Amino acid sequence: MANQTTAKPTTKAAEPAQPVSTMSVIAPALGWLIPGAGHIIQKLWIRGVLLFVSIGALFVLGLMMQGHIYRANAGDILEMLGFVGDLGSGAFYITALAAGWGSAVVSNAVADYGKMFMIVAGLLNFISVADAYHIAIGKKLGKKQ
Amino acid sequence: MTIQLTHFSAAFVFALFASIVFGITHRETTRDMVRYGLYCFAMFMGGALVAGWAMWLVRR
Repeated sequence: MANQTTAKPTTKAAEPAQPVSTMSVIAPALGWLIPGAGHIIQKLWIRGVLLFVSIGALFVLGLMMQGHIYRANAGDILEMLGFVGDLGSGAFYITALAAGWGSAVVSNAVADYGKMFMIVAGLLNFISVADAYHIAIGKKLGKKQ
Repeated sequence: MTIQLTHFSAAFVFALFASIVFGITHRETTRDMVRYGLYCFAMFMGGALVAGWAMWLVRR
């Protein structure tokens, strides 16, 4: 009598492709430009407002603490990373750049904190954008809780 | 318009807003969001306090 072996499949079953919908494109794009808007457009009002207030407050406080805003500059790798972080804030960053804010040289510890506040605000918005995308494709629960 | 925050108030503000975003984006239900946000806030503030006291001890 032959032994029956229960061989496990060596490869994972392919995950079904996520459907590309209009919302899955618009929500992340809008969420990047205006923090929280990617949630608001999906009628997640409270989450969207909380994200906007949190990310916006961090960015504005960073500016008020005389933090430095990084510009697109290929000269220094650390400045490029700072630029990527700042860029995540979307309209906040574009407005600050257009108005010429945040161009002062960091001169004290508080200004250094301000610089970090703005970078972290941008990075948090990248997480927010990913969350809006996951809700749009149905990977994360939206209103049904 | 400028603002001068103390180290503690800067840490508090940072922890507050970062925890809100973490709570919303890392959990699915409202209850879990609140719990995770509070957990993150406690970790941020607790970490800052522990690091502060550690530096005080090192300096002595």
